[in-house]
Formats: sequence, structure tokens, C-alpha cells
Amino acid sequence: MRLRHLILAAVLPLSLAFTAPAQAQGTLRIGMTAADIPLTHGQPDQGFEGNRFTGIPLYDGLTAWDLSSADRPSVVIANLATEWAVDATDRTRWVFRLRAGVVFHDGSPFNADAVIWNIRKVLDREAPHFDPRQVGVTATRMPTLRRAEKIDDLTVALITSEPDSLLPINLTNLFMASPTHWEALRTRNPTAEATWNAFAANPSGTGPFRLTRLVPRERAEMARNDAYWGTKARLDRIVLIPIPEASARTAALLSGQVDWIEAPSPDAVPQLRSRQMQIASNPQPHVWPWQPCFLPSSPLSDVRVRRALNLAIDREGLRTLLGGMMQPALGTYPAGHPWAGNPSFQIRTDKAEARRLLAEAGYGPQRPLTIRVQISASGSGQMQPLSMNEFLQQDLRSVGINVEFDVIEWNALFTNWRNGCGHASARGVHATNVSFSAMDPFFSLVRFYDSKMAAPVSNNWGMFNDPRFDAMVAAARNAFDPTERDAALARLHAAGVDEALFIWIAHDVGPRAMSPRVRGHVQPQSWFVDLRLPSIQ
Amino acid sequence: MFFYLIRRLIYAIPIALAVGFVCFMLVQIAPGDPINAIVPPDAPQEVVEQVRRDYGLDKPLPIQFGIWLMKVVQGDLGRSLATGRPVWSDLHSAIGNTLMLAAAASMIGFILGCILGGLAGTFRGTLLDRAAVTVAVAGVSVPHYWLGMVMVVIFSVQLNWLPAMGAGPGGSADWVWNWEHIQHLVLPAVTLSVIPMGIVTRTVRGIVAEIMNQEFVVALRGKGLTSWNIFLHVVKNAAPNALAVIGLQLGYLMGGSILVETVFSWPGTGLLLNSAIFQRDLPVLQGTILVLAMFFVTLNLLVDLVQTALDPRIKRA
Repeated sequence: MRLRHLILAAVLPLSLAFTAPAQAQGTLRIGMTAADIPLTHGQPDQGFEGNRFTGIPLYDGLTAWDLSSADRPSVVIANLATEWAVDATDRTRWVFRLRAGVVFHDGSPFNADAVIWNIRKVLDREAPHFDPRQVGVTATRMPTLRRAEKIDDLTVALITSEPDSLLPINLTNLFMASPTHWEALRTRNPTAEATWNAFAANPSGTGPFRLTRLVPRERAEMARNDAYWGTKARLDRIVLIPIPEASARTAALLSGQVDWIEAPSPDAVPQLRSRQMQIASNPQPHVWPWQPCFLPSSPLSDVRVRRALNLAIDREGLRTLLGGMMQPALGTYPAGHPWAGNPSFQIRTDKAEARRLLAEAGYGPQRPLTIRVQISASGSGQMQPLSMNEFLQQDLRSVGINVEFDVIEWNALFTNWRNGCGHASARGVHATNVSFSAMDPFFSLVRFYDSKMAAPVSNNWGMFNDPRFDAMVAAARNAFDPTERDAALARLHAAGVDEALFIWIAHDVGPRAMSPRVRGHVQPQSWFVDLRLPSIQ
Repeated sequence: MFFYLIRRLIYAIPIALAVGFVCFMLVQIAPGDPINAIVPPDAPQEVVEQVRRDYGLDKPLPIQFGIWLMKVVQGDLGRSLATGRPVWSDLHSAIGNTLMLAAAASMIGFILGCILGGLAGTFRGTLLDRAAVTVAVAGVSVPHYWLGMVMVVIFSVQLNWLPAMGAGPGGSADWVWNWEHIQHLVLPAVTLSVIPMGIVTRTVRGIVAEIMNQEFVVALRGKGLTSWNIFLHVVKNAAPNALAVIGLQLGYLMGGSILVETVFSWPGTGLLLNSAIFQRDLPVLQGTILVLAMFFVTLNLLVDLVQTALDPRIKRA
């Protein structure tokens, strides 16, 4: 008995030493997929993961995505602007009414001057606070916005280069940083660039959290903003930790080092579930497609072949391969979405019909169809590109289609995307496999279907050119009544499905795993989450 | 010795230039575009071209290289394309973290390697020798990132004894030498130590076996020295070569821990290089590789000098 006591006495301090320190109540530790903390100066990098973790929590835009529901599509709602309308006589001029009583984290007021200052930071090269580093991640996402004019303290006019009904959606990407705080930092820094670096280390927005500590590449700590103008966060603190390696994220969650991880690998999900971890997922406005080349030399320039490919794919089989971590894509938008419309071509798995269409196009056992697709081995948003593409290769063989792959590195695939399928970098492939976000209709429809967006201008990689679609794009951008605009976008989307302008394959479901202690999380149909909602039990 | 030192330092200049040039050209040759670190691929062409001009990426390659070189000479490694932060500020903390990890791994590898190699060399041909050689071969053969993952599964996920990732509960900026922080170092250091352990074991085994067969050892035995005293003589003779090996291993570990640092999210130069490679962050890549190359050159020089100090028979003219 004495020996047992002695052993216990020796082991107890060791076991205490090995136990992780207790976390303060209400601190949520998140393992991100990014390799670095996304930029904190107001216009995050690292794609939408940046907006998700250092954009929306620290800052607000004039408009925002509704992230409150898991059941309905996420739509644009009022945020720092309470209402807006296009000028009836000049459709390049929008008037935005601003929310009263909002203050930045530094205590300075949010008003029309702040809006103008924030637009000038990325659009006005003569502005003393212009920051070229923020242009790339911001101006690209509001391509028609040109400048702003103050009407009064709480009213501002935004001017676009052409009539553009999509502006309020684009503005979700422009976050409002505090001009007062920046000016105060400017007096202590030699250049605007240095001031923005100082601002990133000590930022001031209007968001529900404020940054309290930043260790580049390692962690960012945020505390609840108790002076927030809207519904306040439940959490006291959030700690963001970059863990780019998927197995390291899983291990960090299972060992209790973090409470929440982004994108666990599908094969880790059963293990996570067996350890009582929660798996949250919901179809995202994300598309994992093959984007066809429409040049005459491409077999995919024939709509019958594109339709056959869309009908030949066993999407449910692919979903099984991914452990359920995908949603079959039957278009860019699923049925029920305001922009989905009613296409007459119903995408489904129908191999007999696929064979019939191929035969009609002149392909069959005597003349098999061979297509080449440029793919990557990995990459942000690309899900599991190698195993998914190999599945498709096997699947399409059942209808007599031979698929060959040109596997290149992710950054190279991205670069080639802008070059177009006629460029040497395409190396004669007939399709490319670049996934994309479908949150904003410009990025989900316009840049692919408008002939003016043909590469190298934008991502109409396939060089699609059809005046009917150009007219539909113009109609959508000129429809300023929200209902009318949604209807125009729905017509555009439905026409795209009818013409099978993509080989639609999968939507990502944005899986994230979290400890059973995390409560109240809502997984919206969005790339973003509302971090005001969860709490730690 | 002084002139030898000066000459070696002068040799470092063309090495630095060559490393910088090769690194610059390799990144240029690789497919992909550094502009993707700054703008999303869906950006309009005019924005891409404007940003390219803003960052000087539109200039001819020799001019880009010349501008970078002039800044480096003045001690400025430039700014990260992705974050805008000075390269040196990120590199400075990353080097400290990698040095800590590499030193810990080298120490573990050196101690275990010397023990195993010493035993194997002394008892050559025995079961102990074969066991030590097996461990050494396994050490250099097992992919260390795989070993790291296995150790994480066992010691972090299953047993919950050690943390799976990171450099301390508050990050490396808060590092202090207490168990709360040191426990974060254990798994990556042990993982990283297996290769130097294997190499040192094999080297020391060979050296010890060779020395044990030399006549002076027989003479020492004949003079009636104890086994311990003979062992001390053997160690003194084996030390310069063993030191040279471990010095080189430390250099390799400084630059070669990309996979282990990624597996453990250890915020060192490996993780920095990993993200810089994927983002085509040219200034970070060039700056990091240049500094690591210079570290390797310096380490080689130091090892040479310490070897000379330990064994006066090695002359440096």
C-alpha cells in the first residue's frame, strides 16, 4: 500500500505537468489553414479565410452577408449603411445612408468622411494614405467603383464607371478602417507604408472584436468589443493560430490545443467523430468544375459533348469517396437559390443519355472521345483534386470518354487561368480545373460568360463568346430593383446551365471540426461565419 | 591562422552572390507568377499590371536582381510581397526558433549518436554493435515527417502527454525556458534528431573501431591504464571528426527542417520557406536562403577552427 502511495505521489506532479493549462472561459482557439495570420490592416489577404477571420470580426463594410442562418442562402444585408439606392437620373451614382452612432475601436466616429477615406485608400493614387498593397485584394472585388462624394455626415454618394447593380454586393469586400487612428500613427511613422504596417499591428475598425495581440506567423488574439454597435459577441476572446498542415490541425484539436479547426481532411472525420468532436458543414457558394475550352479545335465547343459530360458523372459516387464532404453541383447555384433560375437542361446522372449525346456528336467505340484537363495536385479551394479527378477519369471511361490530365502546380494553374485556353500555357488541354467562389455574381457568372471578360482581361479562360449572354450580363448589371436584378441573374444562370458552360461537379461544404465545448455555432451557406454567435462551455 | 580566416571570409562573398543569383533564377524559371501573392487570380488585367509596376516586377530580370543586390549590400533584405512586412523582421524570429530546434535536435542526435557509435565501435561484431547499427540505419532511412506524425498520434493524440504543434502556449514571442514551453520543443526536436543520430552513430562507430585497432591503444593497455583512461584517449582522438560531422548536421538541420517544422507548425525558417515557396514570395525566399547559406558557410568555418583547436595536428595554412 505504501508503495502505491509513493508511486502515486511521484506520478501526480508529472501528470499535472503534462496537462494543458486551463483556458479562460469564453476563449475560442481556432486552427486556420493559412500559413500566416491574414493581414489585419482592414483588407485581409489569404483569400476568403482572411475575410472570415481578420476581416469580418475586426471590421465592418457598408454591406454584409447574412450569416445568421444555416437553412437559407446567405444574402446581402445592411451593415454600416442602413439603406441605399441608385440615382434615378444617373445610374452610375449610388446614395448610401450611413448608420448613426457607430464608433471605431479608438473611439473616433464612423461617418461619410471615413467612407471616402477608405475608398481613397485603394482607388486614389494621390491620396496620402493610398496603399498599393491593399489594391490587389480590394479593387479587384469592386471593379466598377471609382470614387465617393460626401452629401452630409451620414450620407455618401458612390460613383461607378458604368451602371452596375452589383455594387452593393461588391461592397461587402471593402472594410472600414479608422482614419483618425491611422493619422495618429502617421505622425510616428516615416511613410504611409510604415504607417499601414503599424496600423496592422494595432488596428482599429468597427467590428465586434478588436485585436489585442499579433505575433506574425504564429497567433492573433482578439477581445470582444463591448462598444460594438450591433449584437455583441458571446466570446470573451478569440485566438487565431495558423496550422497549414491538415494532420497537424487534426492533432491539435484532438490533443486539446485548439477548440476549432478549419477543413479537416475527409479521412480524419470518422476519427474526429469517434472522439465526440462536432463536424459542421453546409454547401458553400463554391464550385469545383471543369471549365471547358470553347475554341473550335476543342471537342468541348460542342454543347452535346458538354451536356454528355455533365450527365455522365456519378456525383454521388464522388461524394462517397469524400466521406460525404461535398455537395453534388448541378449548376453554379443550387435549386432554391435566388440566382438559380429554371434551366431546361436538368443536370443528373444519366449515362444512357450521355452515350446518346456523344453518339449524336460523332463519338463512340469506333471514334472514342479523348479530352485533356489541366489540374493541380493541391491548392486552396481545390478540395482533393488528385483523387477526385482520378475518380472522374474512371467514371467517364464507362461512357467511352478517355480523360488525360496535365498535372501542374497550383500557382501555375492559377496563372494559366488568366492566359486563356488558346495560350501556350494551356498546352492544348480542353478544360481546366480551377475552383471558384460563387458569392458574388460578378465572380460566379459575369467573368465567365461575358465575352469582354475573355482572357487575359479576366477568367473567361475558355474564350466563350455569345452575344446573347453579353446582353443578359448587361441586363443584370442594369437591373437596379433587387427583385428585378435577382431575376436577371437567374435567367443568366439558367441559360448557362442550358448551354452547359461548365462541367459542374462539386460544391465544397466548408467542413470544420470543433470541440464539444463549442456551442451556438451556425454554419451558414457561405464562406464566412459569424464569430459573435459561438461560445465556449 | 589570421590570413586563413580572412581568406575564408572573402570566399563567402562569391558564395553569397551565387546563392542569391541561383535562388533568384530558380524562382523565375518555376511556373507561376509572384503577382499571385498580391492579387487574386480573378483580378482585372489593368489592376494586375498596375500592381506589377508598383512592386517593380515589370522591370527586366537583371535590373530586379541588381536592385535586390544593392539593398542586400546595405543590409535591407526587402519586404515580403505577401505581407508587406520587412523580410528581416520575420526572418529574425524564424532563425531564432529554428536555431533553438536545430540545436536541441543536434544535441540529442550527437549524444545518442556518440553513445551508440562508441558502444558499437568498442564492441564491434557483437549483438550490441548490430543493434546500434540497425538503429542508425533506421534513423537515416525513416522519413522524419512521417515519424513526426506518428509521434504526434502517440504522444499528443493518444496519450496527451505533449503538445502537437506550436512553440509555446503564447507563441515563440513569449518563450521562456520552463516546462510549459520546453514540452513544445520535445517532439519536433526528437523527430529532427533521428538523422544526425544515425549519421553520428555510424561515423563514431567507424572512428572508434579504427582507433581501437591502433598501436597506441595497445601501448596504453600495456602501460596498465584503466579502461576508463583508455576510453578518454579514444574520445580525444575521435572528437575532431565527430565534431565536424555534427557541425555539418547542424547546418543541414537549419535549412532542412521544412517538413518537420510544417508538421509541427514550428515557426522557424522551414515553415517560412514553405509558405514563401507556395506564395512565390520572392523576397522572403531569397532573403531566407541567403541567410541560411551564410550560416552554413560560417558554421563550416567555425567547425574548422574548433577542429584545429582540438587537434593541433590539423594545420590551417
